[in-house]
Amino acid sequence: MTAVALKEPTQSRSWAVPVGLALICLVLSVASLGMGTADIGIGDAFGLLTGSTDSATASIMLTFLAPRILLCWLVGIALAVSGAVLQGVIRNPLAAPDIIGVTKGAGLGAMLMLLLFPAATAGMIPVGAFAGGVLAALLVYAFAYRSGTSAIRLALVGIAISALCEAGIRFLIVRNPPDINAALIWLTGSVFGRSMSDVWQFLPWVLVLVPMVVFYARRLDVLGLGDDLAAGLGEPVERTRRIVLLLAVALASSAVAVAGTVGFVGLIAPHMARRLVGGRALTLLPSAAMIGAALMLVSDSIGRVVLQPLEIPVGLVTAVIGGPYFLYLLARTAKTTTSGK
Amino acid sequence: MRLEAQHVTLAYDRLVIAEDLSLAIPDGKVSVLIGPNGCGKSTALRSLSRLLSPTAGQVVLDGEEIMRLSTKDVARRLAILPQMLVAPESITVEDLVWFGRHPHRGALRSAGKADKEIVEWSLEVTGMIEMRRRFVDHLSGGQRQRAWIALCLAQGTDLILLDEPTTFLDVAYQLEVLDLLHELNVNQGKTVAMVLHDFNMASEYADHIFVMKDGALVKEGSPTDVLTAATFADVFGITSQVVSHPVSGRPLCIPVKGRERSATAQHAAATEPSTDPAASAPGESSTTPTTAKLPA
Repeated sequence: MTAVALKEPTQSRSWAVPVGLALICLVLSVASLGMGTADIGIGDAFGLLTGSTDSATASIMLTFLAPRILLCWLVGIALAVSGAVLQGVIRNPLAAPDIIGVTKGAGLGAMLMLLLFPAATAGMIPVGAFAGGVLAALLVYAFAYRSGTSAIRLALVGIAISALCEAGIRFLIVRNPPDINAALIWLTGSVFGRSMSDVWQFLPWVLVLVPMVVFYARRLDVLGLGDDLAAGLGEPVERTRRIVLLLAVALASSAVAVAGTVGFVGLIAPHMARRLVGGRALTLLPSAAMIGAALMLVSDSIGRVVLQPLEIPVGLVTAVIGGPYFLYLLARTAKTTTSGK
Repeated sequence: MRLEAQHVTLAYDRLVIAEDLSLAIPDGKVSVLIGPNGCGKSTALRSLSRLLSPTAGQVVLDGEEIMRLSTKDVARRLAILPQMLVAPESITVEDLVWFGRHPHRGALRSAGKADKEIVEWSLEVTGMIEMRRRFVDHLSGGQRQRAWIALCLAQGTDLILLDEPTTFLDVAYQLEVLDLLHELNVNQGKTVAMVLHDFNMASEYADHIFVMKDGALVKEGSPTDVLTAATFADVFGITSQVVSHPVSGRPLCIPVKGRERSATAQHAAATEPSTDPAASAPGESSTTPTTAKLPA
């Protein structure tokens, strides 16, 4: 990829942005190790690096906090990349896993597994989430499709399907009171109490799907030129679109499967990245991924700190950050669409 | 003829636009498809560029049925510039032109020297060198259209198809774009086939004109042979005087508005049987040429 950058000077923007963001994430991760636990401070966290932290504290941090920090990275990356792809493919700045129903669909799928088949192993929950997410996405696409998908229709159908899934989730909760608490926390989106086995379970998804998306980066840009021109440039438009949509839905669904319905990260991370590095997929994707990870790390740390010793699920914090940002985006796009191109 | 439609039926879902349409794009020339709105000229161009699969008949490119060729294969032999282009946000002219190399590159193959050269060349012949770092959405209408044409050129094909490349442009920009296409034809030997709305522009720039009406090819040939008052009356439903362009000598159509139409009654009389607008406007009186509309 650096070879491409060298030969096409204007086609690549600086790699400094994603690399810088990754460094920020690393610092956030270490700082996050020292947050929210009674006896451990940020000093201990950075002490890990210099070896000045005593081994008992270090082992607490690494056992209990390291998995959830790794999950923050993975979930943030998965949701952000998914959102970036959806916004590009649907050519709709408001597209995101939450908006087009994937998140709630995956939530419902996972709940069905969790509550109806308590005997099912933990490994089955992602399968349920994945199936639910894909199904919801298909439904939304089918209802919104009318020789193309308009921004507004997609958002509206997404909201409707999300509401239906939400109703299903609530029904399941009411039917299965004993499991309510775990279910509720999971539904808000939480990385609390996750172990390394969750990380290992989720890691392959990210390791396989994200490179596949990057492999399609230039084709994503070509799709952004519009269907006719993309076809004129030799791109099998419909096929490519379905493949990348499936990748995006799979990424979002697998993230929801492991961390619950964490909202807004998939919407706002790509937007912020686009402002920093522009719209070309090859630089947009890594930047969005790192911003997604940073958002998760910050939100999770905030959730651990603000109401100590109570923990606020990370999904609640991302919603508090993301909701206003989404309203701001809505207002901005409304302005640009009414004032004409 | 490298590109040819043979007895094609073109339809969107069940809406049939054209039936049994045949037309062959002459090599090395500038050909222009004209006709009133909805006559199927853009649809015909779409099928010629493999954007629309004919429901019957076939489009042949270099002796092969175009739908049997892969879309990539076609993109290496002909470039199509569709209507209503919207550039991605904040993209430079050079970045846009690089997209023209897409059909020649694999997913992981990095750009080579040949790619670089043809992009440079495309920027140069379209006069976009100085504007290469400008954002496409900051350009004037004519410059923007030239940037899109540079993208097509970077595809490195001898065949270039364009769907209304001058629509929504001020007349100076229309001339700028059409002059460029003319130069590409004369100096680079490109075969240019395009849909144009303005028949006087078509007359000035075309070597070969296809006139379409209701999905059928009604006339084709040189502008002088094809663009007569009778054609304009029959196809566009207008009364007009066709004069010789004082500079180029090509036919120039001067539409006549309602009040003065009696003064040109001899023209109307000459074309009486075919001025009948009933075909396009059923239910209206068939002998009232005043209902005929000028093309927008």
